[in-house]
Amino acid sequence: MKRYSFAAALLAATMLGGVANAKTLVYCSEGSPEGFDPAPYTSGTTFDASAKPIYSQLVEFERGTTNVIPGLAESWDVSDDGLEYTFKLRPGVKFHTTDFFTPTRDFNADDVLFTFERQLKKDHPWNEYTAGISWEYFNAMSMPDLIKEIVKVDDMTVKFVLTRPEAPMVANLAMDFASVMSKEYADKLEADGKMDMLNQQPVGTGPFQFVAYQKDAVIRYKANPDYWDGKQPIDDLVFAITTDASVRQQKLMAGECHVAPYPNPADLEALKAASNLQVMEQEGLNVGYLAYNTQMAPFDNPKVRKALNMAINKQAILDAVFQGAGQAAKNPIPPTMWSYNNAVEDDPYDPEAAKKMLEEAGVADLSMKVWAMPVQRPYNPNARRMAELIQEDFSKVGVTVEIVSYEWGEYLERSKATDRDGAVLLGWTGDNGDPDNFLAVLLGCDGVGGANRAQWCHKPFDDMIQKAKVISDQAERTKLYEEAQMVFKEQAPWATIAHSVVFMPMSTKVTGYKMDPLGSHRFDGVDLAE
Amino acid sequence: MQSLREMLRFLLYRIGLLVPTFIGVTIAAFGFIRILPGDPVLLMAGERGVSPERYDELMRQFGYDRPLWEQYFDFLGGIATGDLGNSLVTKKPVFDEFFTLFPATLELSICAIIFAMLLGIPAGVLAATRRGSWLDQTVMGTALVGYSMPIFWWGLLLIILFSGILQWTPVSGRVSLLYFFPPVTGFMLIDSLLSGQKGAFTSAVSHLILPTIVLGTIPLAVIARQTRSAMLEVLGEDYVRTARAKGLAPVRVIGLHALRNALIPVITTIGLQVGVLLGGAILTETIFSWPGIGKWMVDSIFRRDYPAVQGGLLMIAVVVMLVNLIVDLLYGLINPKIRY
Repeated sequence: MKRYSFAAALLAATMLGGVANAKTLVYCSEGSPEGFDPAPYTSGTTFDASAKPIYSQLVEFERGTTNVIPGLAESWDVSDDGLEYTFKLRPGVKFHTTDFFTPTRDFNADDVLFTFERQLKKDHPWNEYTAGISWEYFNAMSMPDLIKEIVKVDDMTVKFVLTRPEAPMVANLAMDFASVMSKEYADKLEADGKMDMLNQQPVGTGPFQFVAYQKDAVIRYKANPDYWDGKQPIDDLVFAITTDASVRQQKLMAGECHVAPYPNPADLEALKAASNLQVMEQEGLNVGYLAYNTQMAPFDNPKVRKALNMAINKQAILDAVFQGAGQAAKNPIPPTMWSYNNAVEDDPYDPEAAKKMLEEAGVADLSMKVWAMPVQRPYNPNARRMAELIQEDFSKVGVTVEIVSYEWGEYLERSKATDRDGAVLLGWTGDNGDPDNFLAVLLGCDGVGGANRAQWCHKPFDDMIQKAKVISDQAERTKLYEEAQMVFKEQAPWATIAHSVVFMPMSTKVTGYKMDPLGSHRFDGVDLAE
Repeated sequence: MQSLREMLRFLLYRIGLLVPTFIGVTIAAFGFIRILPGDPVLLMAGERGVSPERYDELMRQFGYDRPLWEQYFDFLGGIATGDLGNSLVTKKPVFDEFFTLFPATLELSICAIIFAMLLGIPAGVLAATRRGSWLDQTVMGTALVGYSMPIFWWGLLLIILFSGILQWTPVSGRVSLLYFFPPVTGFMLIDSLLSGQKGAFTSAVSHLILPTIVLGTIPLAVIARQTRSAMLEVLGEDYVRTARAKGLAPVRVIGLHALRNALIPVITTIGLQVGVLLGGAILTETIFSWPGIGKWMVDSIFRRDYPAVQGGLLMIAVVVMLVNLIVDLLYGLINPKIRY
């Protein structure tokens, strides 16, 4: 407590005494982080408060893009068989010096091994360092099957040996769960019998270092003076946790925060009109879709699916459900993702033609179920309303729709069943910016009975994405994915509905902010004008 | 002496009554979150999903694969040893989480109830003594509006007016971000004074004004109405007429003779408002980004954080039971005629 008070007094003194010189950026965040060790968690709110400011990864996403650039690894090599990834580590990187930890050595291969082995090895002393901890993202990205071993070649070289070639591997290592922890700090906590502090008092190599967290209220960071990519232009970073969107808007307008995410679509006009604010926008890396059950008649017939797609009035959905914060989707991957095929032509909205196509397919008096999610998601802010609009559209081509819904957990579970009755509204937000993360996960044959809600296993399509998964040449992969999108459109296992548009209101004083296509909120490289 | 012994006996009797209530509360708290459809593992996985093997593994890790009665007795055993388990989300002990956040809720609730009493009792007395007048109509009309006010809407309205347009009060939070001091008591008013930082206390007070009004509005309306009707009843009693006939000043009659008796049902009402306050705190805390237990409970329910919800509900119920017990004991102080 004593040490804490001292640090607190010191910080208060600098903040009060030097308000004029110290640049403090206040971010009104939308929720509380679950913890400060990113690896056990899956929510963006937690990553924004932990992985992004505090930690670095071996490779990182270039700000504002999904391009992977060197981070704690200066360079890397992939073996010809695609099974070995060798990383050359950056020398001279310092972990944060805080009032609870002073590092005695620079970052090295031991830290990398510690970071991943604790997630990989069940018998690792840090595998379950507090009760009930688990490594969900590491598991969700199939890392336990994929990584055969991690080898420390020397102090500054680490080799990942895989069980099979996997092109998205490097992008995976830029994800938040791969944030590099300090082994020295972990050892100290273990010796002190305070292992759970790893999740509460974080130490990393990132642009900002942790100062204090008052639960559900405020998180304080200060710029890391020794950051390997140079000290940040701002001195202090404060997250003021503000869960209600209307209140965030009021705080922005009153100047109580500089940046606030997730505005209400209805408030955008007012935010754009305010003279002290600017509003940035970007397409979200997501897709909202309606997945038919392609294993059940008559939806096993591509012609029927295509006809139904032509019956959906997407513009009406964009207006009513997204209130302008969305754009029509024609491909299963969003336009900001590499290999997006803009040559694909969307099915036109044409109820008459749709009706005729259904007749040709011998479908009459069809009645079906449409599943509406019970929760709000960026890719679908109001599934109920969307389902109602689709119901209306389908009735115009003679198809009767019954709308069903379940509690969210149950919805996700039941919609996986291959004998599911009905078409499901759902969506996806990208993890690592790799097309494989959409196309293979959501539409591959392996996903049938799981994340592939269309239960769609189409050999030509699956062959292409499996091939693209194992070659590391991006140009070649792009060609395969572009082709796969053509096949997808022809076969129409989904009605692709929309990609959301994300808005980011902020003070006009904020400079250098870049919106992240992956949806995170980063403050490295951001400055405040006087 | 006699009365002290009687009071002790009454205290023991009331505490005895709390035992079955407490057991009931443990069952309700344990059962409530499990009745809700969905489970923590599926919600945690979201769209990304979780394989059946991984699902079973996690359920086993959390201990939710065991029979319900076993889990319940675990919960009871935990209570006996002061261990409510760890939150599934933050992995921290539920007990610690509760006590980190509870002072914020308590501080706000105390301010709200004081606000409600300071305005509600005089308003009720005034309305009763001027029964049927425009004043009475206004007070009761306002009380009805206050009672029917949706908290969320009311809070946003006040923020837009006082923080947005007039800029008299800050929008949300407990103290300006300029001030940073470690929590000592968890009560911002006290901590800001202890910090010795200039302006911190004023900042804490200014942050309290709007949430106090919003949370205090419903209790204020209830107290005003209750005071009025209790006053009216008492004012019709013989002893009040006698006091008046003796020629006592009206202030003395109302303030000393009538009000003291009229306050008994009002105190009961105030005691009952504690439950209402904790309910209202959920919404008030959400609007004003007030880091209290209301907001914490809502988050935990949405995440199906079983230990946090059952532990939190239990703790809240215990607080309400204790307050009601204290209210019962207070009767004797206000009216010595009441015997236990």
